[in-house]
Amino acid sequence: MMLRTFIAFVKKETFHILRDPRTLFILFGMPIALVFIFGYTITNEFTGASISVVDQSKDKLSQALIDHLVASGHFELINVSDDIVSLENDFKAGVVKMGVVISPLFEQHFYRDKKATVQIIADATEPNYAATLTNYATRMINAFQNTKSEISSIPYQLDIESRMYYNPKLIGAYNFVPGVVALILMLICAMMTSLTIAKEKEMGTMDLLLVSPLHPLLIILGKVTPYVILSFINAIIVLGIGYFVFTVPIKGSLVLLLLLVLLYLMVALALGILISTKANSQQTAMMSSLFILLLPTMLLSGFIFPIASMPVILQYISKIIPAKYFIIIEKAIMLKGASLDSVINPVIVLGIMLVILLAAALKNFKVIYK
Amino acid sequence: MSAVKIENISKSFDTVLALAQVSFDVLKGELFGLIGPDGAGKTTMFKILTTLLMPDQGKAYVEGFHTVKDYKKIRRIIGYMPGKFSLYQDLTVEENLNFFATIFNTSIKENYHLIADIYGQLEPFKKRRAGNLSGGMKQKLALSCALIHEPKVLFLDEPTTGVDAVSRAEFWEMLGRLKAKGITIVVSTPYMDEASLCERIALIQTGKILSIDTPEHITNAYHKPLYAVRSDDFFRLMKELRGQHFAERVEPFGEYLHLTTKDQITEHEIHQYIQSQGHSTIELSAIEATIEDVFLDLMQAN
Repeated sequence: MMLRTFIAFVKKETFHILRDPRTLFILFGMPIALVFIFGYTITNEFTGASISVVDQSKDKLSQALIDHLVASGHFELINVSDDIVSLENDFKAGVVKMGVVISPLFEQHFYRDKKATVQIIADATEPNYAATLTNYATRMINAFQNTKSEISSIPYQLDIESRMYYNPKLIGAYNFVPGVVALILMLICAMMTSLTIAKEKEMGTMDLLLVSPLHPLLIILGKVTPYVILSFINAIIVLGIGYFVFTVPIKGSLVLLLLLVLLYLMVALALGILISTKANSQQTAMMSSLFILLLPTMLLSGFIFPIASMPVILQYISKIIPAKYFIIIEKAIMLKGASLDSVINPVIVLGIMLVILLAAALKNFKVIYK
Repeated sequence: MSAVKIENISKSFDTVLALAQVSFDVLKGELFGLIGPDGAGKTTMFKILTTLLMPDQGKAYVEGFHTVKDYKKIRRIIGYMPGKFSLYQDLTVEENLNFFATIFNTSIKENYHLIADIYGQLEPFKKRRAGNLSGGMKQKLALSCALIHEPKVLFLDEPTTGVDAVSRAEFWEMLGRLKAKGITIVVSTPYMDEASLCERIALIQTGKILSIDTPEHITNAYHKPLYAVRSDDFFRLMKELRGQHFAERVEPFGEYLHLTTKDQITEHEIHQYIQSQGHSTIELSAIEATIEDVFLDLMQAN
């Protein structure tokens, strides 16, 4: 009997989803749109950044340095002058984001005094981009110095060799694909669940369901099961796009990854049910979902902003964001090829969250209103 | 034993008192009407009886089961049709009925005999989505869904609100046939003319029961002189009569005014007064009270 009722419930819920174009769009349009938006717009990679050079030296070595910068393909030379004012004009016009100033008598100072000055000036109205550009330029100038110093050999120099493990090319997709999976699952699973339960309340059909022999648990399970399945399919789609379009590897066990996706789904689901027990209309459910789920998941999970650079209080808040732990798990399995042993801590945290949220949701689910 | 037993039920929402010490019984197999205007507390009463709402005070029993302690048992044996149309608008007629049959662990086939004459009219439209049905058809579908599991007690909260006159008449005929099958029916309505279609009624106003009896007893208990009156200038007549010391109450009832008098005044004297005010085509006759007359009278007394 239980099974028959359960199937009838899942069937009904599937009809609701299939017959509402808006729901269908949120379910399948949004995830795919999000991946591509993040994939192509939010990235720290750059090629052909426009720069302006103020060459006050105009000798062989200064020309060699300019050639070295441009040859990499990362920088495109817009303007070379000997006056700092022209650089400032370029900044104001927004033509370039970075300027390189080579001081007078560059070659002479470099070889004879072993001390020459190159100044990098960046337009920091876009701080992240400015930091990335100056970093890159600094690295290139250091490399340039090393090649030239071999000839003159500066004694006692500290040689720093840095290697970027797990993502040697610093590809942005390696960061955002796990982030988008965490975001989409939280949004779809939790928001859609809270919306669909709130809708039953708003339409008055929840009263009819309650005034029936159905166990409340069965009502909830019947309602959420289709969303679990759809969210799971979504997770696979997003991971697939990550793998095939953005070449994000999955080094660890795919089975383990999908199992932990399921665990995270359950947490999202429990959160959605908890929200719906408090929200009596779809509008309230929607607003609270956006506030409780979307913003923290985007901003405090470490997806967009690194947790380590947040104010201390926000770092503490980030500890209760499920997405934070899920992103750790995803990155470990996908990028580092980690096994369950290595991610056991975040897995346990998610497990505890699931138990607490489920208990709270069930406790708050009213079978008789006060 | 009563099908429904209500003892001193009180319920308030914030500062609004929705029900004040309400008590009444509904007998087994009875067609019982809860009659009162919007906001009288009818829906609150239904929610308590259908175990959706906890009363602040008092006890209620349905088929001998306590509405709070034994709510699970009650939920198996009652049918509930809420005041607001509460089916799935995006599911078809057939899908809705199938779903409600399944969650009550039965099937359309098994209990078709119960809903045959109601659902029969809907069957040509069974592939239509519930949201696209007319008001009358929506009510029939909602009643079918509430009936499909053969409930012992049927709670119908304002089933005829927003339904055309023909469908309303049909609906009451159906209730009569269901009653004949032995189902206890508790129905609420704001339409006083429907009260006479119930076996017994409770008049309710601002959370208080004004009177409980058969419609005949209730109207017979009205002992004040009552007249139906009209003239060529209806509204002037109403204004003038309301200003008279002999008039206790003057209310418009369709094409006529219902005039209740308090002083010893004869029909002839009233006629003379109206004539003296320059009205023509005057009609005046003593009448029996309707439920609405009684209701207005009780309302005024409270």
